[in-house]
Amino acid sequence: MSINRKLQYSLAINEALHQMMAVNDSVFLMGQGVKSPWYVGNTARGLLEKFGNGRVIDTPVSENSITGAGVGAAIAGMRPIIVHPRMDFMLYAMDPIINEAANWYYMNGGRVSVPVVIWGIINRGGEQAAQHSQALHSIFSHVPGLKVVMPSTPYDAKGLMIAAIEDDNPVVFIDDRWLYGIEDFVPEEIYIVEIGKGIIRKEGSDITLVSISFMAHQALEAANRLAEENIHVEVIDLRSAKPIDTEIIIDSLKKTGFLVVLDGGWKTCGFSSEVAAIVAEKGYQYLRGPIRRITLPDCPAPASSVLEKAYYPNSDNIVANIKSYLENFHR
Amino acid sequence: MGYSRELLANLYRTMVRIRFCEESLVKPILKGEIICPCHLYSGQEAVAAGICESLNEKDYVFGTHRSHGHFLAMGGAMRDLLAEIFTRETGCSRGRGGSMHLIDPGKGIMGAAPIVAGTISLAMGAALASNLRGEKRVAVSFFGDGAAGEGVLYECLNFAALKKLPLVFVCENNFYSTHMPIQECRVNGDIYKIAEPFSVKSSKVDGNDVLKVYEAGKEAIEFCRKGEGPVFLECKTYRFRGHVGPDDNIQGTHTDIRPREEVESWLKKDPITRFEKYLLENNLLSEKLLDGIKKEISDEVEESIEFAKNSPYPEAKELTRYVYK
Ligand SMILES: Cc1ncc(C[n+]2csc(CCOP(=O)(O)OP(=O)(O)O)c2C)c(N)n1
Ligand SMILES: [Mg+2]
Repeated sequence: MSINRKLQYSLAINEALHQMMAVNDSVFLMGQGVKSPWYVGNTARGLLEKFGNGRVIDTPVSENSITGAGVGAAIAGMRPIIVHPRMDFMLYAMDPIINEAANWYYMNGGRVSVPVVIWGIINRGGEQAAQHSQALHSIFSHVPGLKVVMPSTPYDAKGLMIAAIEDDNPVVFIDDRWLYGIEDFVPEEIYIVEIGKGIIRKEGSDITLVSISFMAHQALEAANRLAEENIHVEVIDLRSAKPIDTEIIIDSLKKTGFLVVLDGGWKTCGFSSEVAAIVAEKGYQYLRGPIRRITLPDCPAPASSVLEKAYYPNSDNIVANIKSYLENFHR
Repeated sequence: MGYSRELLANLYRTMVRIRFCEESLVKPILKGEIICPCHLYSGQEAVAAGICESLNEKDYVFGTHRSHGHFLAMGGAMRDLLAEIFTRETGCSRGRGGSMHLIDPGKGIMGAAPIVAGTISLAMGAALASNLRGEKRVAVSFFGDGAAGEGVLYECLNFAALKKLPLVFVCENNFYSTHMPIQECRVNGDIYKIAEPFSVKSSKVDGNDVLKVYEAGKEAIEFCRKGEGPVFLECKTYRFRGHVGPDDNIQGTHTDIRPREEVESWLKKDPITRFEKYLLENNLLSEKLLDGIKKEISDEVEESIEFAKNSPYPEAKELTRYVYK
């Protein structure tokens, strides 16, 4: 009974929450703004009305304790989703996420796992400056015990949210406000997108472009433009920043021999570094040129839109970058 | 009683300066000339004016996302503020910070930042520095009622009390933390009481009465200077505008959940009108003098807006300047 209809990215998340809360009493949503359209947009639409303020809990500004409570509730057998309407605010919650949730299962010898979803939203642009713009996925990817998912499409947003809720481990679910308006086909039923599995968004034989989250759209746009110039880019959307789908990258490299990695986060010790390192370790024999990375510069987000424009990579940069790269190395 | 005319005029001038400056932003925000999020201070002027009157440029003030008023009350230049809000190179943070990052160390304005409660411990650190160096500088931490949700506030109350730090906690309780009314955030709405178990002297102040705030602030700051700090002040007040931007409703989001009657009742307690009435009824300052101040401020606002709008943007090639010194 799968009717494919189009749904906004944000409403795909909303549907995942509705369905999972309906089928599983231990699922609940807690965090700032779940009753406000300001914060989580329409991702929380109708939840409060349907499930009540016992299971849809708007909170005071208390990230550390509320996240800790999510972790504790998970230890006690619930499947909480803790939302942070902006990733930057989640930094107050580093202790329960990293010291407690990530380590709990291991340091207790596998006795009790922590099936919590920590949902952090990247919310940037609009001159919001350094503390209201950060994309911090790589910090979480660094930590053993955490999984990190970053869907770029409505289909994946729903499927990865459900997978995150069903996963027995702490999963950091990261979306980006810039994705919220995107519409695409989303099945009505409950389904999962496997955590750790990437997807090829566009096949190509000249160069592999690895991306994630919002950058997957920039990658695709760049690839479509380059196709007009007879440059065939293979676009991979990894979908999970941890674990990384190594196989899909290596398989693509076997075909293309060239790798560019895109990330909407910072460069140093980031997602792009990890992809590059994996390829250097496991795919060096397929490389026919150096690995190139297109990321944010190692710089806090500026306010002024003039600087913002220079700060965030877009498909123009990617197109120019890939062309210059191929001119230099593709022979 | 027995306030000097100079003091009264100062308090009045500071409040009018803040109000006129804030209101001058409404149009440019709606027209999209200002892009960065602006949390306007209109309605809360008596707090910044009343507290900062007893501080000098050697003291340390730390602010929040809603700190235009603190910046101006400490004597920050309106040009520097407006240019920052227009994110120009001439702004106080050189266009890198926008409305939520205001600084002027020469005036004791040590920085403002929008992570709720994020600057309270920084203000405590400045107080600690003052103590370590045997100075008499006082640090003031401005924060909202929302910040009372964060654990760091309680940690600071404890440590500041333990070390007798010259720190004034100024909680501007405007009864809302974004879309959340205070009664949905805490059981006891009297935030000043949180200081009691830490043995921190605390009181509640009518934050719309500039003289009351001035008195409480002066006493607290003197206390701290004598090494008898910290002090916690809760100033009850109200914002006249949206949480962010001029009005949460006119921006199309319809998220101002504050009841209309409540907003109207607070508009009647406008700290500026109230003070004006008091000054005139008691023949403390003349109407002519007050009009003169308003005129002077109008000119300053006009000139500062012009300055901001005509200032250059930062240059893209300087994007990564200031990452490190
Ligand atoms: C750590 C953190 N969590 C959440 C937010 C989002 N936020 C911005 S302002 C605000 C409300 C603050 O309310 P209050 O402290 O009372 O200040 P007011 O806006 O009323 O002046 C919130 C929750 C934030 N900026 N920082
Ligand atoms: Mg408030």
